Amino acid sequence: MTALDPTSSGAPSDLSAGALSEDARRALAGGAAPRRFGAWYVAEHRIRAMRGYLQSAIVTSIGNPLVYLFALGIGLASLVPQGVGEVSYLVFVAPALLATAAVTVAADETTYPMLAGFKWNPVFFGMNASPVTGTQISAGIMIAITVRLLATVAIYFAVMLLFGAVPLATGVLAIPVAVATGLAVGGLIGAYASRIEDDRGQLPMLMRFGVTPMFLFSGTFFPLETLPPWLQWIGWISPLWHGSELGRVVSYGYDEPAWLTAVHVVYLAVLIVVGLRLVATAFTRRLNK
Amino acid sequence: MPEPVITARQLSKQYGDFTAVDGIDFDVAPGESFGLLGPNGAGKSTTMRMVGAVSTRTGGELRILGLDPDKHGPDIRSQLGVVPQQDNLDQELRVRDNLLVYGRYFGLPRGVIAERADALLEFAQLADRAKAKVDDLSGGMKRRLTIARALINEPRILLLDEPTTGLDPQARHILWDRLFRLKEQGTTLVLTTHYMDEAEQLCDRLVVVDKGRIMAEGSPAALIREYSSREVLEVRFGSDKNAEAAERLQGIGDRLEVLPDRILVYSENGEAELERITQLGLEPITSLVRRSSLEDVFLRLTGRSLIE
Repeated sequence: MTALDPTSSGAPSDLSAGALSEDARRALAGGAAPRRFGAWYVAEHRIRAMRGYLQSAIVTSIGNPLVYLFALGIGLASLVPQGVGEVSYLVFVAPALLATAAVTVAADETTYPMLAGFKWNPVFFGMNASPVTGTQISAGIMIAITVRLLATVAIYFAVMLLFGAVPLATGVLAIPVAVATGLAVGGLIGAYASRIEDDRGQLPMLMRFGVTPMFLFSGTFFPLETLPPWLQWIGWISPLWHGSELGRVVSYGYDEPAWLTAVHVVYLAVLIVVGLRLVATAFTRRLNK
Repeated sequence: MPEPVITARQLSKQYGDFTAVDGIDFDVAPGESFGLLGPNGAGKSTTMRMVGAVSTRTGGELRILGLDPDKHGPDIRSQLGVVPQQDNLDQELRVRDNLLVYGRYFGLPRGVIAERADALLEFAQLADRAKAKVDDLSGGMKRRLTIARALINEPRILLLDEPTTGLDPQARHILWDRLFRLKEQGTTLVLTTHYMDEAEQLCDRLVVVDKGRIMAEGSPAALIREYSSREVLEVRFGSDKNAEAAERLQGIGDRLEVLPDRILVYSENGEAELERITQLGLEPITSLVRRSSLEDVFLRLTGRSLIE
């Protein structure tokens, strides 16, 4: 029973080269690459799976900004001829629409696809039977979502340029800002979705009473200050408000105190880190039953 | 005996108050085909998930390929092939793509994966379905694809959890044939089943599990020798007369097992026992002499039937 003696099973002693069997050595070699690159393998898999709906994703990525920029930036804008602050309504609303598009895609990708991977198309269990760990699986999925966000946001931004909605060169920074906003929301939603055991319509509820009101109360279509003070707190906790305001700063030099800009950056960063951690723990716990 | 590839001592898994696996001991030798036989809920799948280095044990010791799964999960899993009870192929990908993405999880180069994928599709008799959607495959084909996927890393140990549950007889036989070939090639197989014919076909050695504990261990033939007789005579007298007839049958055969619908007479010679029964003036409605199976072993050990 020496091989099973707990005192002899400490990591350093059972890894001393001489004591290892051929099998064990082969296992350690086999685990090396997946330990380093597991998350990227998962991302590769997910991006390959996204090809299944590539066409519709491209159509919506191009159609969405066209429709919204026409309707709001040109249509609704005619009712606001004086613009907002220093700029036209189109320039005001565009960075917020960009962030909104990112949040929509992130919510799409982190609700049902996350739950499905455990329930209806339980691929996460399949992945976990390979050397890849729960944390790597969750990270890989978030990487794939980031890729999709980046593509969507870049196309959206290109359409914004066509509309002449981005006055400053720093406006290109609105792309990473929008992606970060999407990830901040997506991580939190994903952490929730991957904890759902029985689907009783929690996700549609979350969309209707969480995500949609966020669009309405995050200073997207009008400045947050125009809301009554007792509603403004929704904006302050909303990642979308922070993302939209930050987008305005880089896109047209929206004038806000520097400390507030810093708050936007820090708030989004913290939410992303917390969200990713929560998703990773949810995955690990669920896979390790 | 060569160094075992799996060693479990007092292996346990507790979920809150519920003990799924209650201190089991076993070894699996390289190249061996080892089975866990037991009814649903016996703890077989939990044991498999611990051996698969995904579920953490709550007690006892476990070594797979000489390594502790608590510390070396990814390393161990790089040498395993896993066929879970429920297929978890990616339904969003096509048949061959399922193999291609899975091979990447082991860090294999794309060229190697592509070559193996084609060979495995041949092996799984799915070469002509390479571009099909997973959803369009039959249950048997999905199982074969899952097995092909489990072999993409040329595993040292193949774990199969209820490999043929839910398949029709023809699909089962195709699958058994494929597994038998793997066994011939020297792959270590560990499988769970609640079908005794499957255990008899595929396992060199097995443990009978019930309520998280091992009830008996041995080769199918040895278990039958030890816990049952060579033959079994099954007689039916009609459900209301079984009990009454059973009383008059005392002393016939080595042992009697009275089931609701029939009486099992364990004996070395079933025909001779049937003759004695008719000499007693009893006339069974039906009678059947068969060889003992693992089902009889299980009945003897637990007093219950495997399939309930």
